[in-house]
Amino acid sequence: MNWQLLPQFAISGLLAGGPIALMGLGLVLIFKASYIFNFAHGQLLLIGTLLTWWLAVEIALPLWLSILLALALSALLGLVIERLALRPMTGQPLLAIILMTLALGQVLQGVALLLFGSTQRNFPQIFSAANPYKIVTPFLYNERNITIILKQNLVWSFVAAILGVLLIGAFFRFTRTGLAMRGASEDHELAQSIGLRIHRIFGISWALAGVVAATGGILLATSSGLDLSLSILVLAAFPAVLLGGLESIPGVIIGGLIIGLSQGVVSASKVQLIRNASEIMPYLVLMLVLILRPEGLFGQKRIERV
Amino acid sequence: MSVLRPAGEFDASYAYDMATIRRPWQWAALFLLIAALYTLPLYASQGLVALLNRTIIVIIAVQGLNLLTGYTGQISLGQAAFMTVGGYISALLVNLLNWNYLPALLAAAVGAGVVGLLFGLPSLRVKGFYLVMATLAAQFIIPWFTRNAFHDVLNGAQGLNVRPPELFGIVFNTPQRYFMLTLTLLILTTVVAQNVSRSRLGRAFVSIRDHDLAAELLGVNLFKYKLQAFFLAAVYAGIAGSLAAHQLRHLNSETFGLNDSVLMLGMLVVGGLGTGMGPFLGAVVIELLIEAATVLGPVVASYFPSTATGAVQALRPLLFGLALMLFLIFEPRGLAHRWQLFKAAWRLRPFSH
Repeated sequence: MNWQLLPQFAISGLLAGGPIALMGLGLVLIFKASYIFNFAHGQLLLIGTLLTWWLAVEIALPLWLSILLALALSALLGLVIERLALRPMTGQPLLAIILMTLALGQVLQGVALLLFGSTQRNFPQIFSAANPYKIVTPFLYNERNITIILKQNLVWSFVAAILGVLLIGAFFRFTRTGLAMRGASEDHELAQSIGLRIHRIFGISWALAGVVAATGGILLATSSGLDLSLSILVLAAFPAVLLGGLESIPGVIIGGLIIGLSQGVVSASKVQLIRNASEIMPYLVLMLVLILRPEGLFGQKRIERV
Repeated sequence: MSVLRPAGEFDASYAYDMATIRRPWQWAALFLLIAALYTLPLYASQGLVALLNRTIIVIIAVQGLNLLTGYTGQISLGQAAFMTVGGYISALLVNLLNWNYLPALLAAAVGAGVVGLLFGLPSLRVKGFYLVMATLAAQFIIPWFTRNAFHDVLNGAQGLNVRPPELFGIVFNTPQRYFMLTLTLLILTTVVAQNVSRSRLGRAFVSIRDHDLAAELLGVNLFKYKLQAFFLAAVYAGIAGSLAAHQLRHLNSETFGLNDSVLMLGMLVVGGLGTGMGPFLGAVVIELLIEAATVLGPVVASYFPSTATGAVQALRPLLFGLALMLFLIFEPRGLAHRWQLFKAAWRLRPFSH
């Protein structure tokens, strides 16, 4: 372990956990409402980000307007997906639904590739890349204080991501629609029998998931650039969601932060093999969670052990 | 649907009831078909034979997935990862230790099977999404391992150059010769898969899929059979991976990726889950679709000038995803079910019921 590097990597990792949590939130939203685990979330995120890029760079709209427009379009895309692809699957077995979201991911990937090509794009800068924040810690190494350097985009992505998660959390807790969504997630039939329109709730949750996905994509693109591999980054969010417990919004924050932190800590190792393990760290954590505590940290113990 | 027999044909014995091939003419047709396939390289073009090789390899992998997902109901996104394991094992044994291909293939099958067992272990405690995630983890951990561990043997992200296999003094270095190998193995794997599905093992698998709680109450050892299903699926993947690696002559961590796992699940659904015919129909239809994407690519590229080079890569997932979505909505039981309906309709002609 490279002790003098550890604080730097740990904090960078923790900050990277913010966008992971935001991506996980999109998965939790849909799972809470309709028990669907959305494997197309990465492609949803990719399309939202590409739309932002297209509006801001090709059409040359102001950045704030293109972000708003792209979020609106992503919400619309979410609605369309729910109506055309997922609603016919109501009541189908799990395998069919999982495959439907996988197929959806393939289609969206194909569309993105067809419309935008596979070249790397320069995403407009939202946060300044120069002037990173510096934190001087009281720990000494070689007679000097260890200084932690934080890129601005990393810090502000983190803040934006956590704000987004809290906002959605507040929406669930304090609004009527949020209450209806929580009710629907308890029991679909019961919710319908007291007059909740369950399909509308599914629609809203998909639209919200579209917005959340696009936001996450924009935040990621500001730090890592924009190309088709963006959709693969979401795969780190699946373990975060499972670790947090699938249905819990606080859980997804904690899960995302733990995944980010574990990736950061591993990168501070002196052994190259362990350093390289940071890319599969989410999945090693996932295997541990599945074997030791499948319901996650904050999930309900609903898994049948047959 | 299987109760629908032609008029005047009765199941006089239990063995006859279970038989897949029931009539002398069916045996004759089967042998004719096999003979025709074996002589195919004599008159078919090299490109066609290469396409057939590819399709056969995919069929073998999908047959394994069928045992796990179709019969046992355990969804797996890790089939391509187990192919990677099989490919690496046989490539290393042939390259470094100069093994004969036959033992190398066996070692690849067993090695992939053991790794499959390892990633099947969570099935003891979890199912559904959770199990999908465990197999997805295999899909990331295994390629990572080949990229980063044992650099001097596995050669990192560069991968390996694989020698063509050698058996009984014949080097299988052309598609035509390779076809003999793939076809023989396909016949073997088909016989094994068919017999597994009709035996005690297959009945246990199906009972787990249909109702795991009831199955356990009836005395089916869930854990044992689930692990056996994982093992069998990974063995099939190991065979397919080894065949693919020696055919491509090159192997790295990205030769079989997550997309291939999704593709194979899709083939299984398009063909028909839990049917013997399913892997054949699904793999052939989806392979043809992918070929169609290659042909259509340049046409589409003229409409989307911004992505002229990527049109083929874009059309493949697009067509595959659309086909899979349509099948899931309109015919979730796949082409095999359609074929049964067609046969029944033919037998009952001219009456509709």
